[in-house]
Amino acid sequence: MDSDNKITYVDAPDGYSGSGFFATSIDKAIGLARMNSLWPLPFATSCCGIEFMATMAPHYDLARFGMERLSFSPRQSDLLMVMGTISKKMGPILQEVYVQMAEPRWVIAVGACAASGGLFDTYSVLQGIDRVIPVDVYVPGCPPRPEQIINGIIKIQELVHNESGRRRNSPEYKELLATYGIE
Amino acid sequence: MFIINQEIVDLTSEKLRNRFGEDILADEMQMDMPVYTVKKEIIGELLRFLYDDETLKYCFLTTLCGIHYPESNQPFGVIYHLHSLENNQRIRIKTFTTLEDIAIPSATAVFAAANWMEREAYDFYGILFTGHPNLKRILNVEDMDYFPMRKEYPLEDGTREDKHDEFFGR
Repeated sequence: MDSDNKITYVDAPDGYSGSGFFATSIDKAIGLARMNSLWPLPFATSCCGIEFMATMAPHYDLARFGMERLSFSPRQSDLLMVMGTISKKMGPILQEVYVQMAEPRWVIAVGACAASGGLFDTYSVLQGIDRVIPVDVYVPGCPPRPEQIINGIIKIQELVHNESGRRRNSPEYKELLATYGIE
Repeated sequence: MFIINQEIVDLTSEKLRNRFGEDILADEMQMDMPVYTVKKEIIGELLRFLYDDETLKYCFLTTLCGIHYPESNQPFGVIYHLHSLENNQRIRIKTFTTLEDIAIPSATAVFAAANWMEREAYDFYGILFTGHPNLKRILNVEDMDYFPMRKEYPLEDGTREDKHDEFFGR
């Protein structure tokens, strides 16, 4: 009975605790909350999307990482998951979806095509989504197995957990977005 | 492989010869269906003739595509596949032209389905279909300034930086 109902809690961040109070920095508290409640926006265009479906399904169960709810509205999502070949014609649309997402936002490029164009080294295919939007984590594979996608998600969670609250206001970040022509 | 209805094939050849004479440049049987190579000027009239004929009834345009044979003296072509649904007989029509004279009459007046197929042939080969109502790119990005399926461009994307020659044995 006990073992079946075991619930694992996330460890509390470093801080000072005494009777009736617990003090930590707001960055750590926010990072903890964000990393365990990411809302992904799936942008699945081909076979990597099928692997993503397997990742979401009960066998691999991405919901274990606080991603129970996929958001199909860019406004309400934190993590853009690009899975599949992006043609040059679709590049501006992908960038528009990224621009519509509210800060803070993260991007994961799943599979060889999203990361580099993959085997489609041709006139019509975007040679990696980092030509139109900044990417946080690349997951290699053609297509990657669900374990690899989960590994990418864990890497994203580490980034989210440790991100400084001021990063999105920094000149470096604004400069990065400016290189992609994003305000 | 398609079934060949020899009676209809013979009738088609005969009617085309009688109607268009020297404008039919070649008439041959290839594997599974007859192929007629014709002058490009008569293509609209020929499709209309085959469509309207009371026995032949080639009333279905299966496909239409462009082609580029760079070594040929008439390198650009358009190929039409027609299907007579009533006789269950298919034929191919081919027509060729040069880069300098790349305009080919549109088939949209006979087959509405030719609209998007001709746009595709324009998109990839730059074949100009005269009389087409809306000849613009259909699949590629609108601001593309070349015709990618012409056999004059490298196969690989020139913007890619991670492919080093040493890894590809060249």
